[in-house]
Amino acid sequence: MSLDTVELAARTPDDEQPYAELGLRAEEYQRIKDILGRRPTTAELAMYSVMWSEHCSYKSSKVHLRRFGDLPPSDALLVGIGENAGVVDVGDGYAVTFKVESHNHPSYVEPYQGAATGVGGIVRDILTMGARPVAVMDSLRFGRADAPDTARVLPGVVAGVGGYGNCLGLPNIGGELLFDDCYAGNPLVNALCVGVMRHEDVRLAKAEGTGNKVVLFGARTGGDGIGGVSVLASETFDDSADGQRGPAKRPSVQVGDPFTEKLLIEACLEIFAADLVTGIQDLGGAGLSCATSELASAGTGGMHIDLDAVPLRDSTLTPAEILMSESQERMCAIVEPDEVDAFLAVCRKWDVPATVIGEVTDGDRLVVDWHGQRIVDVPPRTVAHEGPVYERPMAPPADLDALQADAPPSSSADLRADWLAVVSSPDGADKTWVTEQYDRYVRGNTVLAQPEDAGVVRIDEQSNRGIALALDGNARFARLDPYTGAQLNLAEAYRNVAVSGARPLAVTNCLNFGSPEEPEVMWQFAEAVRGLADGCRELGLPVTGGNVSLYNQTGETAINPTPVIGVLGVHEDVTRRVPGGWRADGETVLLLGETRPEFGGSAWAAVVHGHLGGRPPALDLTAERALAELMVRLAAEGLVSSAHDVADGGLAQALTESALRYGTGARLGLAGDPTAALFSESVARVVVTTADAGAVRAAAEAAGVPVTELGTTGGDALVVDGALELPLAELREAWTATLPALFGSPEVAVGTVPAGTVPTS
Amino acid sequence: MRIGVITFPGSLDDGDAARAVRLAGGEPVSLWHAEHDLKDVDAVVLPGGFSYGDYLRAGAIAARAPLMRDVVARARQGLPVLGICNGFQVLCESGLLPGALTRNSHLHFRNRDQQLLVARADTAWTSSYTAGQRITIPVKNGEGRYVAAPAELDRLEGEGRVVVRYVNGNPNGSSRDIAGVCSEDGRVVGLMPHPEHAVEELTGPGTDGLGFFTSVLAAVVAA
Repeated sequence: MSLDTVELAARTPDDEQPYAELGLRAEEYQRIKDILGRRPTTAELAMYSVMWSEHCSYKSSKVHLRRFGDLPPSDALLVGIGENAGVVDVGDGYAVTFKVESHNHPSYVEPYQGAATGVGGIVRDILTMGARPVAVMDSLRFGRADAPDTARVLPGVVAGVGGYGNCLGLPNIGGELLFDDCYAGNPLVNALCVGVMRHEDVRLAKAEGTGNKVVLFGARTGGDGIGGVSVLASETFDDSADGQRGPAKRPSVQVGDPFTEKLLIEACLEIFAADLVTGIQDLGGAGLSCATSELASAGTGGMHIDLDAVPLRDSTLTPAEILMSESQERMCAIVEPDEVDAFLAVCRKWDVPATVIGEVTDGDRLVVDWHGQRIVDVPPRTVAHEGPVYERPMAPPADLDALQADAPPSSSADLRADWLAVVSSPDGADKTWVTEQYDRYVRGNTVLAQPEDAGVVRIDEQSNRGIALALDGNARFARLDPYTGAQLNLAEAYRNVAVSGARPLAVTNCLNFGSPEEPEVMWQFAEAVRGLADGCRELGLPVTGGNVSLYNQTGETAINPTPVIGVLGVHEDVTRRVPGGWRADGETVLLLGETRPEFGGSAWAAVVHGHLGGRPPALDLTAERALAELMVRLAAEGLVSSAHDVADGGLAQALTESALRYGTGARLGLAGDPTAALFSESVARVVVTTADAGAVRAAAEAAGVPVTELGTTGGDALVVDGALELPLAELREAWTATLPALFGSPEVAVGTVPAGTVPTS
Repeated sequence: MRIGVITFPGSLDDGDAARAVRLAGGEPVSLWHAEHDLKDVDAVVLPGGFSYGDYLRAGAIAARAPLMRDVVARARQGLPVLGICNGFQVLCESGLLPGALTRNSHLHFRNRDQQLLVARADTAWTSSYTAGQRITIPVKNGEGRYVAAPAELDRLEGEGRVVVRYVNGNPNGSSRDIAGVCSEDGRVVGLMPHPEHAVEELTGPGTDGLGFFTSVLAAVVAA
């Protein structure tokens, strides 16, 4: 068969094409024909199919995400939603860009590479903005901790996150690790990267200037990742491409090479410093199709690409496959002709292959040639930015009323046993087994990292200016009430940043949901977005960008809605940061905030009673704001020696972590109902220790934050007068044994992927 | 005092090593792996990282970099050289230090604050410590398990060439808890733990690592 060219497509309008196998609906295929005035070529069809996929086009989520754009303008926001990542002003001429992205499905199919390339992808997004990446975080969800498949997936994911980030030289400063049955066939791997630059160094992804060259640099293009968003590896498709039969099946999960990415980072930063690019875009999902169409679409002209120039590591690739390949560690830059030599010289210094593959044209078409024939001729906006948009039907889950009516138990029969059960549950247990596999020290600017409530990174060694970041995504709350749940996650991340002493500044998110074609899922999604937008409005924070991951389900069963929210804060002086953990005896332990008997969606209800129902804790953003302002003040004035947010697992969890950190116990008295005191998950609460309780009380009263004195640090046990005594040795054994017992075996279990999986994005 | 820090492709802790030199009172000088130019430095640090992605064997490719030929030649004449983590691997691969570093016995990358016993306080890089002193600095590696033939280990122990040992837990299964060794003249030292990550109270577990860098400044003055 011959190559499918534009000319051939015009002559053969009725040729059948495998649009449905590529994930396109009949009306979407018709729309492509209407746009082009003919049937698309094989290569064009491939481009549209990946760019119009849910992953690339946000076609189901777009109508809802507009709420974020409608938030009041923020002075801190330098670049908003729509670019690779938002950019915020953190003072002294510094700008910070940060974003979370999911790599859920690939991580289920191939845990190590799926997670590794998830980190690689988000790091390139941050690099593309002109920033030096300075840290990563990861938010992970798996099925039941003792399920056999979790033993297959988790060790690989953790090793992949660590393997890639460690090799790039990026400290991992925090994240989350939680377990729930709903993720059994669909783990979540959300990776965050944060980068720092000067205001004037911000770069944008657009192709400007007729005659400017398009340079592809980084790794060679191979067959990996094709089919990640489609079925391009099908034999039907190979046959029709250029007459050659390529390898029929290729892995749909990309393979990462962090060493090449490290070189790419250094080369890019040197290229930025010498001001050698006018626009830049990374190659991620949908590869070259995405990068070229987005660059051209965002610019003023057209673009011509000579696909024969693309360096390949597999000579049998068809042109459509080259356009679709998701080979990692590649970037695309727009370079003025006079600067090309200097650009290539920097790439040579860092052993990064770089090739001119095309140029910016004065037309308004993206055209691609192969072996001297035209195989793509499209208006780039229709590929990149004017894909289909759906207003999908929505309906609250049929079981929601019953779920909310099913109030949890509210009284503990055995406080001591429940305490140990909560802190030794996989969600509550010590995460050292995971975090020891991550480098936290590289770059020498990590001020706080896990298990602290927020990661804190110094960005200027002279002024000690720094940033704080927290990621939170409680899915039980979101299941019970997605509108409130999203806001509760926002509130927790906001609080965690403030606990370190930072002033919260901006928000990002990774919204993990089931299939948008299910009205119940779509309703959950819309409610979560509405909640997040309303919460951000009330807290006065901009949403700088985000990521949507849909189709997270096994068969018919969707995951619990999991909106993972990231909050960025600023430290004027990181030496004033407030760490977690009690170090000194004789300090006063104070609880800031108010406790109510709230057990809906709590860890205690889940662990002790296997119960999920009722209402999540009441949201109080006014109280959160007052508490955050208080924490910033306490840090600035040096009034507290430790602080820890009270969230999952309630006060029992917070006290356990604070005491075990440095092996300092406490004698405490709890007023009121002890179950609520220990296990309620009421919001806007922080435990602090201080040598000057009077000053903290005065500051809290001025801020309108309730204060309860819990007791005094010291000793080698946590003693609750009249209720229980927990020797730290016993508590430590319970808290630390869980994950090693589950995953201690270093051998990665070899398993197969159960049927019914849908690897898409 | 000019202390060179070599950057190989994939070096990661080069900035940290330069900072440690500066905080110790020295002048860090960036050296590039591909150039035969030691820039008149008084000592050299091979930093941590994943040079060449640890491909082939950790440190194997970097050990054959152009600049390493100059480093090896000058080290044999007494130039103080410190190899940290990947730098230690490079020193073993280049033949300046005996033994080899293999995959951790538990097969995981491991990052923790590690207690060490300073066994030799008379090398070019450890004179700021006292023999028998315990220090805490971070360890972070996937291939940090020091191995050598039993006879070689006996010889090293007999010659007093074990510089630092792991105490309170061996993080990677290294033979005889060996964390670092030195050349016969005590001028070349390699260790897996990262002293450059323990030079500021703000960002490290303490400042116990600074002594490696103050030591070499004294050694250069004495030379």
